[in-house]
Amino acid sequence: MKLLTKAFGEIDISEKQRLVFKNGILGFEDITNFVLLDSADNSPFYWLQSEKFKNIAFLIIDPKLVYPDYKLEVDPADLEDLEIEDEEDIIVLNIVTLHETPIKSTINLLGPIVLNKKKHIGKQIVSTNDSYTVRHPLIRDKEV
Amino acid sequence: MLVLSRKEKESIIIGENIEITIMGIKGDCVKIGINAPSNVKIYRKEIYEEIQKANREAAYTDNVNIDSIKDIEKFIKG
Repeated sequence: MKLLTKAFGEIDISEKQRLVFKNGILGFEDITNFVLLDSADNSPFYWLQSEKFKNIAFLIIDPKLVYPDYKLEVDPADLEDLEIEDEEDIIVLNIVTLHETPIKSTINLLGPIVLNKKKHIGKQIVSTNDSYTVRHPLIRDKEV
Repeated sequence: MLVLSRKEKESIIIGENIEITIMGIKGDCVKIGINAPSNVKIYRKEIYEEIQKANREAAYTDNVNIDSIKDIEKFIKG
């Protein structure tokens, strides 16, 4: 099907890129249908794009690429919501907030996006780790 | 909203298995104890509000040039 996206304009998407967030995403509780898009070839980033609203899209990334020690415990109620039967089906991605000055961009470690890759179900959960916040530096090594 | 007055060490019961106890009161701070089944999630409200706010900021990046993603990628080991 064709979809209007924020990053790429109108593109073709396949059924296997579609994700359902039964509870939406915090702050966007009514938006339940998303697609997962690669940001570019060989890019570590993905877009979580609303199917209905072109302008609502989240840039997301595997947190371990930035914070290798990132740990998340998904509690049983969340596993149930996500219909996880096999832990291998879990994918964790975290939302990036782009800043006008790119190197000041941040990653949200407090509210990760958890996906069931087999059943195409997603949920934003709240980490119980008190040391995580919604704004950690995305770029840790600023020397280049 | 239901409003109840409770003294220190007094409790309220919600449903059949959630108990909220006033553990102590010090100045303008109330210490609350909660007994609930493990599938009932309990968070400070500010945490939810923080994540909602961060999500809204992240979703509307219209003022940010999406091409800047390329500038960031080189800092991240893919």
